[in-house]
Amino acid sequence: MAKTPVQFRLNGSDKAVFVDGGENLLNVLRRGVGDMSAKYGCGQGTCGVCTVLVDGEPQLACLTLAETCAGRSVDTALGLSDGPNLHPLQTAFMEHFAAQCGFCTSGMLMAAKALLDRNASPTREEVAEAISGNICRCTGYEPIINAIMDAAAKRGGGSNREQGHARV
Amino acid sequence: MLEFRKEYFKDERDDRLNEVGQPRQRQDMLGHVTGRTRYFDDHAFEGLLHLKVLRSPHPHARLRSIDTAAAERAPGVKRVIRAADVPVNKNTLLSLINFGKDDEPLLAADKVRYKGEPILAIVAESEAAAYDALTKVRVEYDPLPAVFDVEEALKSGAPVVNETYPTNAFEYHEKYNHQKLRFGDVERAFAQADFIVEERYQMSPIEHAPTETNGSIAAPETNDRFVVHTCTQALFFSLGTAAKLLDVPSNRLHFLGGTVGGGFGGKVDSLTEPLSILGAMLTGRPVRYVLNREEEMLYGCPRGAERHYVKDGVMRDGRIIARKVTSYFDAGAYTRLSSYGAVKCIAHIPGPYTIPNVHAECYCVYTNRTPATAMRGFGITGVDFSLEVQMDKLAHKVGMDPMEFRILNAYRDGDMKAHRREAHNCALIECVQVAAEKASWPIRDEYRRMNSMTGGGGERAVIPPTATDEGGRIGAGRPATSTPPRPPPPTVAPPPRAPVPAAAQPRAPQPATTQARPAVPPPPAPPPPVAPAKPAATPQHGATRFSSVFGTRRR
Ligand code: FES
Ligand code: FES
Repeated sequence: MAKTPVQFRLNGSDKAVFVDGGENLLNVLRRGVGDMSAKYGCGQGTCGVCTVLVDGEPQLACLTLAETCAGRSVDTALGLSDGPNLHPLQTAFMEHFAAQCGFCTSGMLMAAKALLDRNASPTREEVAEAISGNICRCTGYEPIINAIMDAAAKRGGGSNREQGHARV
Repeated sequence: MLEFRKEYFKDERDDRLNEVGQPRQRQDMLGHVTGRTRYFDDHAFEGLLHLKVLRSPHPHARLRSIDTAAAERAPGVKRVIRAADVPVNKNTLLSLINFGKDDEPLLAADKVRYKGEPILAIVAESEAAAYDALTKVRVEYDPLPAVFDVEEALKSGAPVVNETYPTNAFEYHEKYNHQKLRFGDVERAFAQADFIVEERYQMSPIEHAPTETNGSIAAPETNDRFVVHTCTQALFFSLGTAAKLLDVPSNRLHFLGGTVGGGFGGKVDSLTEPLSILGAMLTGRPVRYVLNREEEMLYGCPRGAERHYVKDGVMRDGRIIARKVTSYFDAGAYTRLSSYGAVKCIAHIPGPYTIPNVHAECYCVYTNRTPATAMRGFGITGVDFSLEVQMDKLAHKVGMDPMEFRILNAYRDGDMKAHRREAHNCALIECVQVAAEKASWPIRDEYRRMNSMTGGGGERAVIPPTATDEGGRIGAGRPATSTPPRPPPPTVAPPPRAPVPAAAQPRAPQPATTQARPAVPPPPAPPPPVAPAKPAATPQHGATRFSSVFGTRRR
């Protein structure tokens, strides 16, 4: 099968890969460039464990054609921290015990990041809505919602919103 | 946060411990939040091949013919694996602890026994190529009558699901088709009860639905070994299972795992490892076998369905005097762990309540359904659901508050359980009191003052006469020749059960408030069917107790 070259930015670095026609972004990330942080849970858009950001918008990588990412920016959980400095969402997930097996965590974090990037002080309902496409079978959603609320508070929604983390 | 009530568990915990009871961060948390935790599928291999299985569309059918010629020629296909390629194509999971007979093939050889049973595997360059090739396999089936209901399966003339167990029931100790519990005489107690409540409870199978589906990757390693990355919840158990099916010494298999993307019991059956390894052995390349979501939901082993019939005799004052339970565990087509689930079920009956007459039977039954397996308290959860719903119904029947009703019937320290073990460190009363308090559920003072440490023992510690045969065995219809005569009055009351407040409660038997008690001393303990009458004096531990339950050799 003919392969198509695709260039995109992954967590701020340039990547170039050859993809099969119809190949999804999840496969390209995991098997093509070796970023294993997005997971396979269903391959049909129902579980959210493959959630990544494409140009800042949360997308299900399993349903995203890799070719459509050419020239765009893809962000995954691997790029969330700034070197050893954790993103406030990561710290909050740790403090609130918002993960058990951890398989949903990358996707949850990315869905939450997309929310906080566009809404620095979301309501509980808005948080629940933002992760409504992400299934967690272990932890339960309360600790996860608490963590996201806490991360928003610590980043200082409102006047302090730009403080707390360098590359949001 | 955890709360330890030292007044109840004063001997149970050393206060000098500085980890237990303290909140501690998970050691894997940093990996989870940074996306760096490595699950089985997060390992890259050059030349990775993908394995997919052909599954039966029929719940029960004989395999007449299988034609793989076209599939073998399909693009990207490296190998077709048939039943004949499996070195030891018969296993039962618990054979590793000598429990049960081998009853399940890795790939179906002569017939299929449930919809979705693997018949053959295709190893190909990509998942898509493997799926394409599967469509080219031609299988001819002779469909057979199937049975999907546990009670239907036990009837004579029912289709034989699994020839290893021709009566469709697991055989305990290689001769008993069920687990049995007898304590006292329920029929006699039913005759004396003020009310009888009889109900049927049915649980459906439940899929664990982990976010990570079952899977594994096996790859040739140096020294003629194979490295296996797996999601298994039971690493060495899976290693042993794979070694047995593939007939290799276990030191040729290097299992890496322990990082599980949600298991809940659904990743103990070694569903994928043996085929991944076999694929790697036959192709000399790394092989990945991962269930897709549809396979996980439909054919990944679920919590099995259970059916429980519960019949209770209860007195007007709230004392339960007899409980009879008949339970059926739907194992599906193969044993897996259901035989053990049924053992747990019978060990849990009659629930945490002191009931002087108990009669229970539990069957592990084969049907043409997906094989069931472990799931979070399996064996207990279903029967507990049944018993606790029953408790509510009983409370309603006698007009009692359901919380108080449980407190009244709860085990207390020194009581004899139906399993002929003395209850100690009981805490149900306290749990119910705390639950009521937290839920602002009013319970009367009298019940708030009761506790597990007083009011038990005495006549409540007596093992009642239980019908047995000369060999000390129990069984329906067997003459009770070795049973001592029962206390004379035909209207014999059960031991006094209405506890009085702690302050006024001595350990000695209390006169019952509502009924005459027999003026006879407690009858001598009859020969117990399975366990010593005074287990406290002869504690059993570890392998001994294990083997007595399973009927296995002592090791
Ligand atoms: S794997 Fe993409 S939504 Fe489930
Ligand atoms: S932590 Fe296991 S699925 Fe969310």
